Amino acid sequence: MIENSTAQHPVLRLSNITKRFGKVMANEAVSLDLVCGEVVALLGENGAGKTTLMNILFGQYAADEGFVEVFGTQLPPGSPRAALDAGVGMVHQHFTLAENLSVWENIVLGTLPLFGRSLAARAAKAKIRALSESFKLAVDPNATVSTLTVGERQRVEILKALYRDAKILILDEPTAVLTPQEADGLFATLREAVGRGLSVVFISHKLHEVMAIADRVVVLRHGKLVAERATADTSREELATVMVGGATKAPEFEARSAGPALLTLDRVSTQATASETPLDRVTLNLHAGQITGLAGVSGNGQATLSDLISGLIAPSQGLMTIAEGEISAWSPRAALAKGIARIPEDRHKTGTIADFDLTENAMLETYNSTFAKRGWINWRAARKHADHLIETYDIRCPGADTRIRLLSGGNMQKLVLGRVLENNPLIILANQPVRGLDIGAVNYVHARLGEARTNGAAILLISEDLDEIMKLSDVVHVMSEGRLSPAFARGSIDAAGLGAWMAGDGFEERADHAS
Amino acid sequence: MDILEILLSASFWAAAIRIASPLIFATMGELICERAGVLNLGIEGIMVAGAFAGWIAVWAGLPLWGGVAIAMIAGMGFGALHGVLSVLFGLSQHVVGVGITLLATSLTFYTYRVALPEVSTPPKIEAFKVLEIPLLSDIPIIGQALFAQTPLTYLAFGLTAALAWILYRTPLGLAVRAVGESPASVAAQGLSVAAIRMGAVIFGSGLMAVGGAFLTMSAFDSFFFDMVNGRGWICIALVVFGAWRPGKALLGAILFAAFDAFQIRLQQTGIGVHVPYQIFLMMPYILSILALVLMSRRAEVPAALMVPFNKGER
Repeated sequence: MIENSTAQHPVLRLSNITKRFGKVMANEAVSLDLVCGEVVALLGENGAGKTTLMNILFGQYAADEGFVEVFGTQLPPGSPRAALDAGVGMVHQHFTLAENLSVWENIVLGTLPLFGRSLAARAAKAKIRALSESFKLAVDPNATVSTLTVGERQRVEILKALYRDAKILILDEPTAVLTPQEADGLFATLREAVGRGLSVVFISHKLHEVMAIADRVVVLRHGKLVAERATADTSREELATVMVGGATKAPEFEARSAGPALLTLDRVSTQATASETPLDRVTLNLHAGQITGLAGVSGNGQATLSDLISGLIAPSQGLMTIAEGEISAWSPRAALAKGIARIPEDRHKTGTIADFDLTENAMLETYNSTFAKRGWINWRAARKHADHLIETYDIRCPGADTRIRLLSGGNMQKLVLGRVLENNPLIILANQPVRGLDIGAVNYVHARLGEARTNGAAILLISEDLDEIMKLSDVVHVMSEGRLSPAFARGSIDAAGLGAWMAGDGFEERADHAS
Repeated sequence: MDILEILLSASFWAAAIRIASPLIFATMGELICERAGVLNLGIEGIMVAGAFAGWIAVWAGLPLWGGVAIAMIAGMGFGALHGVLSVLFGLSQHVVGVGITLLATSLTFYTYRVALPEVSTPPKIEAFKVLEIPLLSDIPIIGQALFAQTPLTYLAFGLTAALAWILYRTPLGLAVRAVGESPASVAAQGLSVAAIRMGAVIFGSGLMAVGGAFLTMSAFDSFFFDMVNGRGWICIALVVFGAWRPGKALLGAILFAAFDAFQIRLQQTGIGVHVPYQIFLMMPYILSILALVLMSRRAEVPAALMVPFNKGER
């Protein structure tokens, strides 16, 4: 622990917090102080216990041991109300907003006595407008939350805390959903808030953000506090090593020359749907032996493009060709038959069936071809296949008959990856292949994708993580509102440049579909 | 010509409003439960229990309003049971609701037999009387339809207005709406999801029971076993029809009641001679299904309806 040189009393003190979930130690004897006007970054990998710790501070979980003190007063465990009343505000990673209610209703919720006569809407909206002006958090109080962008929703979350006069603000992975420009805006807001005496706990696993915003960095690993540094006295390299617990080697990706185009889209549009942004005349070439990166803020049509290539939807306009053959009747089965391998965005929802075991999950795409004999499943071969994947892809599990629900995200992803790569596919659709994985698993998945590239596969990598996109991709496209930017070769554009495209700059004005 | 005559008669509209009244109470009760995220399929049984409890209390000597209070309390009791199982224990709302309906219905019949062992025809009570509102009831057609009803009917309309106001204008209403949309946000704002949902289910169930009591204490003056006759299920459809808004649900209840009053009158016209009367009985239901299909396709269901909320779960 660093003793603060100024004899300031801490505004917040976590003392020896321990929390178990079953046998898993989520937090083990973690202590942390926060002084007034300070930004402390809580750094750690996924699953290191950052969010659990903050949920204990905010009263959503009760700690098994230890206590939380705010302004010298101990908080009763397990009461968000007490934390709120003490001046703690929290912006959750998964926003806690009621989508069908308006912005001001979400903010006012819980701030008035439950049996009060009126919501005093006018006064509330005026206060919200004043706050959003002085903290540069532009948002319309009357808007319905479901119509807001992710960035706007986050501003509403911050306004919720400021409206209650929070003195301590906790932000859980706040930049995960923002463009680089929006993240800069968030940092400006935080600096403004700190200037007015707020204290901030900033949870992240992105090193450059931590270095940019924090005064002090606290590193968690496997639920334990392993390091505490003043930002000025440390470096990204040192923090990375402490966070992972030893150096890990990320695979290197060098530029390669492209092979022939295996999949091409020529001015392809899709039907508008209620839930997803349709594609707007997208032209894309996926070349053999190349990784094509697709950057963009989520919800801008990446899911639609992914659905199109996986065969879930068909183009409404434009031409789609695979290996120079034009595509007609398009379906998931046709996509499989054409050699398209898919790593779905959500491995829990669409990648696997949680209550099926590994054997069954391993043959989800081939149960009626490779593993079928006259209409019967050849379980012996299926089992052998699963065992083979477990060994080749280093899937840590008790055995092939384990329900996949019980595996960690990284091991689940290895199975999906194995299922995909085993048949040496021509085209690989990798949608958020490393979301939620720790660094070791990330490096593993990236290395395997690199191998597939070397073997001549055309890979489309969809990710919201710009660092990942820029590291792996031979060419990069950006998606915004269903439109696709031109291709940028490796090294020809930086994060700020991509960010501008992500925000929609550079695209031609949307012309109506006159044709 | 017969049809036009029916539609223009004051007695037709008075009947429609009268038939709508129990539906309005129960629909508002269901609406509150669903707005808070709890589907209350106990409604049918709770209405039976309310119909019996109010009637037997008056028969035993309580004043009419005392009977209404007893019905409400009985409904709240079953609501509390529903809440404990579906909100606190997080059990399946379908199963709990159907269970409550079966339990409340059988318990009512059992109590009836215990209370009145020797009776072949259930005794009558002195039911609510029509209270004509001076001046207003003199307006042609509308006056007799709206302002020559029993006090419980006036209460149903007043209740709907009050609920709409509470739901959209007060902190309590905001909390109820929010808890049905996103319980996690309510918890994050320091309110108790369980308390709000329990309160909504208990109060809503009380209203359902008052809807049942209307049948024995205002529409009729006695209790029969099959008197609720599926009205609870109609109310569940009316909530959807009204897109979870009190005003629209009220209109839906009146519309359904009008179909019902219309078919009764149609049976007595010349057409009734040639067509089996079962066709007429079917009419309001068929028309309701059609109206439901047309009206509620774009309705926004409370996002957390039927989703239990467990505090502190990963």
